[in-house]
Parts: sequence; structure tokens; C-alpha cells
Amino acid sequence: MDNAATTKVDDRVLEAMEPYFQEKYGNTMSLHSFGQEARIALDKSRETVADMIGSNSDEIIFTSSATESNNFVMKGIASANFDKGKHLIISSIEHPCIMESALWLERRGFEITRLKVDSLGRVNPENVREAIREDTVLVSIIHASNEIGTIQPISEIGKICKEKGVYFHTDSTQILGKESIDVSNLNVDMLTASAHKMYGPKGIGILFLKKGTKIDPLLHGGGQESDMRSSTINLPLIVGFAKACEISSTVMEKENERIKTLRDKIIDEALKIKDTKLNGDPCNRLSNNINLRFDFIEGESLVISLDMLGIATSTGSACSSNKLQPSHVLLAIGLKPQEAHGSLRISLGRWTTSKEVDYFLKNLPAAVEKLREISPFGRR
Amino acid sequence: MSLYNEKVMSHFRNPHNMGSIENPDGVGKVGNIICGDVMHLYIKVKERSDGEDVIEDIKYETFGCVAAISTSSMVTDLAKGMTIKEAMKIDKNSIAESLGGLPKIKLHCSILAADALAESIYDYLSKNKREIPNELQRRHDKIIKEKEVLEKRYSKWID
Repeated sequence: MDNAATTKVDDRVLEAMEPYFQEKYGNTMSLHSFGQEARIALDKSRETVADMIGSNSDEIIFTSSATESNNFVMKGIASANFDKGKHLIISSIEHPCIMESALWLERRGFEITRLKVDSLGRVNPENVREAIREDTVLVSIIHASNEIGTIQPISEIGKICKEKGVYFHTDSTQILGKESIDVSNLNVDMLTASAHKMYGPKGIGILFLKKGTKIDPLLHGGGQESDMRSSTINLPLIVGFAKACEISSTVMEKENERIKTLRDKIIDEALKIKDTKLNGDPCNRLSNNINLRFDFIEGESLVISLDMLGIATSTGSACSSNKLQPSHVLLAIGLKPQEAHGSLRISLGRWTTSKEVDYFLKNLPAAVEKLREISPFGRR
Repeated sequence: MSLYNEKVMSHFRNPHNMGSIENPDGVGKVGNIICGDVMHLYIKVKERSDGEDVIEDIKYETFGCVAAISTSSMVTDLAKGMTIKEAMKIDKNSIAESLGGLPKIKLHCSILAADALAESIYDYLSKNKREIPNELQRRHDKIIKEKEVLEKRYSKWID
């Protein structure tokens, strides 16, 4: 029940990757036939991934992760467009890799506007319009929240950015493979995604970079990836990413319907537990995301209680579990810290069965109740 | 693999001395819900035939993580049956050690449990107009001061 932190690699993906470790290990830059065999596989993979998001294949840059892609966008756009200005706009519920990149830029003299979200976690496109200034070089808004699952009106925001002539980037890491994505409909200049959230391998991400976008590379070197991202091409992982896309595009619709039904069942049943609320947008929501808030108890205790029963869930997000502060996303939607502390994220996936959902729902009320019995709050 | 050792987990699974005491002789309330940990600790004290005050019963209510609940359970196990004088010597190290260690990031929970006990003893001594040892007074002043700082910082979130 934790498929948002990462997912298990699909057997078919693993199988597709395997020949590229030993049998077909060529370097795509080599001229000999080994190298050219690799080159062809790379081109083909790039096309498959491009098809997944409706872009041209020469607009796909392979990176090591979504975190790298997001760092690349924030720092690369800021650096290449310095003559235009030093103002960037993000939302207050971005993934830490955008939040931290923004802080890094701020310390170097850039100005960051962090747009507020409403209680369901939505960015108002009109607020984007108002925030854009003469010297704004980038707007970056997360497509779907990794914590509360809210899907943003990316296409509308993109339209505004287009009108204003400002670069627009979205981080689609959580949504790729769940909803069909088309970069021209979304009106984006850049888009981030990674394979390991969609049953592909860890260590491989992409950045869609619209032709003509002015950006500086993070990694300088041999000039791979159209001079935008030097490093020897990581072919096995790229082939794996492409295979994951290929599978997703064929099963997505049916798979999502099934997962959505399980999601809604969990939400319906869990909300029957007293003093329980849903975080995030009930309608514009990732098909696999459930984020619940149980008053009077603390999230980690609940995660560990469920873990003892063999059920894997998470508090805010896996990235927050080393920090003691409540999640910035939950605070941004207006929760008090004590409410944020009592939140639980459940994320379903390709291999979640309805039997597992029933087992979870059967055990959840007692786990919550036990912690409430220990708690000094809310009983009297 | 687990973040916590088996001893910590066993206290979490079956917390000892959980609950509250009606008409307690001393209460210690520490922690802050903003930060995610709150402990309420209750003691019942009885005078022994030799004139020593003994913690006859001790219970707690805790909002917090696994470590907060386990340290609450452990501190009550340690203090139960001790004289007040002995119980005053329980500190964060004795609690963490009795649990076989805690993850570094969770060590503050053992401070919280030790503070809750100290505060309940302070409450008992001051209610009964007993002399308060300097060390305990210093600890109490520090806890109150930290509480004020936190409440000031987070005033907008406190009901």
C-alpha cells in the first residue's frame, strides 16, 4: 500500500533491460557495430518515451532521476536567462527537490514566489497570472502532489504562461503512467518524470525540453543528450524506462479504473472511522492516492502499527520520514501541525489486490483506536 | 528490518501502565502537540513505614511516535515502586539504555519521558509543600521556559 515512494519493477521491464548489461553493452557514442546497436536501441527507446507524452523524440533528455531533472530546470533556466530577470514562481507544495533548489537560488540572489494553494491543495491559475512579473523567467508547478494527490490545472496555467511569454515547467513524476499526458495540451515547455514510479527501474528520469528552450546544462562533458546532459548513456535503464512506458500505455486505462475503485472504497470506509478526514482534492486526485488524517494520534505510530500487521503505508511522504517537522504540503493546505502529524498516505499500485484492501480496512479501525486509547486527547 | 529494536517494539505493542489515575498525587504534562509529542504522566504516592514516599502507582497518556510511547511505558516501569528520591535519579540515559537504545533522531523522546516524570514529582512535592531539591527546581524552570518559547513561536496554531 505504498506505491508512491517507489514501485516494484515489472518482470517484463527487467527482461527487456537484461541484454543491455552484458550481451549488448556497447557505448552509444562508439562507431563500431556494438556501439551502433546500442545507438539504435537508444533511439527507439527515446521514441517510445516521447510517444508517452506526445513530444518529439529529440525533445527528450534522459537524466538520472526526477530530482536531477528538476534541479536542471530550476538552476539551468535561472542561469541561462539571467539577462531577462531573476524571478521564479513555484507553488508551496512542490517536491523537496524543487523547494530546495529554490532555496539554493534564493541564497544566490534570485527571488522566489511561492504560490499559496487552497484547502484542497489547488493552485489558482489567476494567482499565477498575478504573480508573473517582467523579470519572471520560470513558473514551475507540480502536476500531481506526491503527498495529497491533488492534480493541478496545468493546461490552464500553461496557457497563461504562454500568453505572458514565461517558461513553464511541470513535475509529472507521480502522474505519468496514471493519466494520459500530452505536452502540447498541457502547454508546458518542460516536463519531468521518472521510471521507478511506474514499474520501471530506479536511477532513470527524463526532462522533456521543448525545442528552442534556453537552458544551461547541469553536467558538462562529452556532449551526450544534445549537449544538455553529458554522461555515458545508461542504456539498460533507458530501455527499461521505455518498456515501462510501453506497458503502461496499453494497460493504463483499465488499470486505473480498477485502482480508482479500490481507492474510493478505502476512502469511503476509512471516513466511517470517527474524527477522520481526507486530505487533498476528492475529485482532481491521483487514481492511486489516499491521504487520511486521524485526529488525536501521530502518524508514525500508525505506520508502524500497520507495518506490524504486514501493511506498508507512509506518513506525509517517504522523503519526510527523516525530518521531524510536519509535512510542508499539509501545512500549506492549512492544517495545523497537530493535524498534519496524524496523517497517513496510502498509495495503491498495479499489484494491489482487493483482498489486500479488505485486509487493510479490516485492521485500520482497531489500529487507530488503540493509539487513541494511549493518547491524552479527544476521548473526553 | 525495523527502525526500532525488539525491546522498543515490544513496549509499543503492549504498552505498560497506560491510562490515567483518578485524583493523582502528582501530574507532569510535557511536550508540545505542534512538535508531535505530548506526554501526561500521573503518580500516586504512599508513605512507607520507614517514612519514605514511594510511587505506588504510575500511569501515562501519550500522543506521539513509537519512541514516545515506548519511553513512556519504560519510564513508568522503572519508576513504579521506587521512592521519590530514587525516581528523581531517572534520566534520559537510563530510559534509553533500558530500552536497549533508540535511533539518534528519536533520543529527544527519552528526554520527554524523563521530563514528564520529573514534572509529576515536582507537582507532588509542591502540592504537599515539601522541600524541592535545587536540581529538580532547575529542571522545572528549564521545562517551563522551553514551553513558553515554543508556545510563543507557535501561538497562531494553538487553540
